[in-house]
Amino acid sequence: MKIKKKIPLIDQASKLGFWGGKFGGNYVPETLKKPIEDLEILFNKLKNDKRFIAERDKYFKNWVGTPTRFIKLKNLTNHVGGAQIWSKVVSDANGGAHKIYNATVHCLLAKRSGKKFIIGDTGAGYAGKMLSMAAKKFGLKCKIFMGAKDIARQQPNVKAMKKNGAEVIPVYSGSQTLVDAVSECMRFWVANCDTTAMCVGSTVGPAVFVRICGWSTSQISRELKVQLIDEFGSIPKKLKLYNCVGGGSSSFGFWNEFMDYDKKQCEFIGVEAGGPARSKKHAAPLTYGSKIGILHGAAQYVNQDLEGQIEETESISAGLDYPGISPLHCFLKDTRRARYTAASDEDALSAYKTVTKFEKLRPSLEPSHAFSVAIKESKKLSKDTIVVVNSCGDAYKDREILKKRLGKKYVEPN
Amino acid sequence: MLNPISLAFKKAKQENRAALLTYTVAGDSSKKQSLDILNSISENADILELGVPHNTPVADGSQIQTSAYRAIRNGIKMNDIFKIVKEFKKSNKNKPIILMGYFNMIFQYGENKFLNKCNSTGVNGLIVVDLPWPENKNFAKKCKKKSIYFIQLLSPTTTKQRLKKIIRDSHPMNYFISMLSTTGGKLKVSPNDILKNYTKIKKIDPKKEIVIGFGITEKTIGKLKSADGLVVGSAICKEISKSLKDRQNPVTNVSKLVKKLKSKIL
Repeated sequence: MKIKKKIPLIDQASKLGFWGGKFGGNYVPETLKKPIEDLEILFNKLKNDKRFIAERDKYFKNWVGTPTRFIKLKNLTNHVGGAQIWSKVVSDANGGAHKIYNATVHCLLAKRSGKKFIIGDTGAGYAGKMLSMAAKKFGLKCKIFMGAKDIARQQPNVKAMKKNGAEVIPVYSGSQTLVDAVSECMRFWVANCDTTAMCVGSTVGPAVFVRICGWSTSQISRELKVQLIDEFGSIPKKLKLYNCVGGGSSSFGFWNEFMDYDKKQCEFIGVEAGGPARSKKHAAPLTYGSKIGILHGAAQYVNQDLEGQIEETESISAGLDYPGISPLHCFLKDTRRARYTAASDEDALSAYKTVTKFEKLRPSLEPSHAFSVAIKESKKLSKDTIVVVNSCGDAYKDREILKKRLGKKYVEPN
Repeated sequence: MLNPISLAFKKAKQENRAALLTYTVAGDSSKKQSLDILNSISENADILELGVPHNTPVADGSQIQTSAYRAIRNGIKMNDIFKIVKEFKKSNKNKPIILMGYFNMIFQYGENKFLNKCNSTGVNGLIVVDLPWPENKNFAKKCKKKSIYFIQLLSPTTTKQRLKKIIRDSHPMNYFISMLSTTGGKLKVSPNDILKNYTKIKKIDPKKEIVIGFGITEKTIGKLKSADGLVVGSAICKEISKSLKDRQNPVTNVSKLVKKLKSKIL
């Protein structure tokens, strides 16, 4: 299994949609074969169409807001006393997280295909919030599927979705989290694929959704590459890119443009959600060696029992609370291009405290996982090492959890 | 020897009627009860589909989901399902059984081991909801070697060109999904339109048996009776749920329902 150079990773899948011969694919009901094929044809055409790219870039620039900031965390760097710690503040993007890129592209595709309705899944509520924003912007009617447990714990985003005119559909089956929301969304699409476009909220699902999402979030690394060269004159000799990994959309987008660099120069570190320190449950299939299985149309490493039933996950961060992982990350793991590790709920909370103590940055619980590992590892790294953490979400949505776990003083009024 | 599935269609044709196929979830609401249900409905049903419950089903509506979650909660495992089949076949040697489920369960069990077990317990056919053509080509070949029918699903969204290719590669029985829906949705297409689509498919290769499923109930089954076979699933699962809720015996109630379904297609 090998990564090819000079070919975008999203285009390295086989004809049937497999990366490395075994990750991804299209394990879907027959009814979805045609709509998926239609979407593939459309996307393959448009991703190389200059006018479409110009249209995407126009919306990214004027509406999403590009580029998002690339800043040095000076106080944190001094406090840690090792590598230089920087952050790509992707939460600057309109709506407060990276999910806006994928949502915008899916709405543009839906418009091109003449669909009037768009549906999507959401965990932390960001994918749903952004899809509702984009749907409103492009005049599409929008339904968002969200686990009942997540609706309870991510109220600010639920309110935002409703304000944008989206219908939020609570999902009560199974663990009532993201995994069930994705299943329900796919079921709805099975029954309505003639009129409705589906947006999968991360680099998961049938192959074309993995590709569209990865293509969209790659905006992050396109910007970062320019910003690094502006700042340092060239790509630093020792660069480490830390990102949290749930489904894997922000991390893939954060890394994509650096894929062809040697990992000794440019290392990718993915941080999965380890769950509560005392719990055996987690959302870290790569770190804890979960077996390959099929979830939501794709073969991937996934938390499951011996029989093949998908296991419940547990994480303080709803956005990482997913039993599977993008086929792209399975491929990056097995080719050893990226390294994966996990941070516990407690680690993430502690990192959140540290970051907010020293910097004017409020990473949500998802990137707080990445900060946790970045801070720990930076201590041991030389001063000429450039550590960049993708702060891909804002903590506003987590205020209730933060208030409960850390106390009121950690929640700024907003 | 001819696969009992083909024999069942032959018998129904001799009686000048559609074959009746039922779907129940293995282990719903208990291992014993699901076996009792199979035994009691086998008098009126021609082919029995037995669902392998999975906890992230992407094509099942709420009735089958409820049954599947109930069975999983009650601890059903793949080997229990094979035991149910084996037990059933002891007293119903020629009644065809089809296992229906999602591919991850087979993938984890091991394709070859799974097929060997199907063979030794008496499973006659397989429907794998999320293993479409052409992805299923290899697996379907393996099934054929074991004399197990791999049943292809066909949908209203399947293009004509694709239909031809799938049917060319298919085994003697295929399954036409009546409409764009998860299982158990309300029939949103008229039975006439469903039959029109059915006839188009049938014409591609008249020798292949085509059954229609999804959204078929006591009310609609009669209008579709010119098909080779008709599948009722969600309505049966719903009956089990209702019986449990009303503290009645699901075995008797389901048995009555199947008898009624049969009477509508005679």
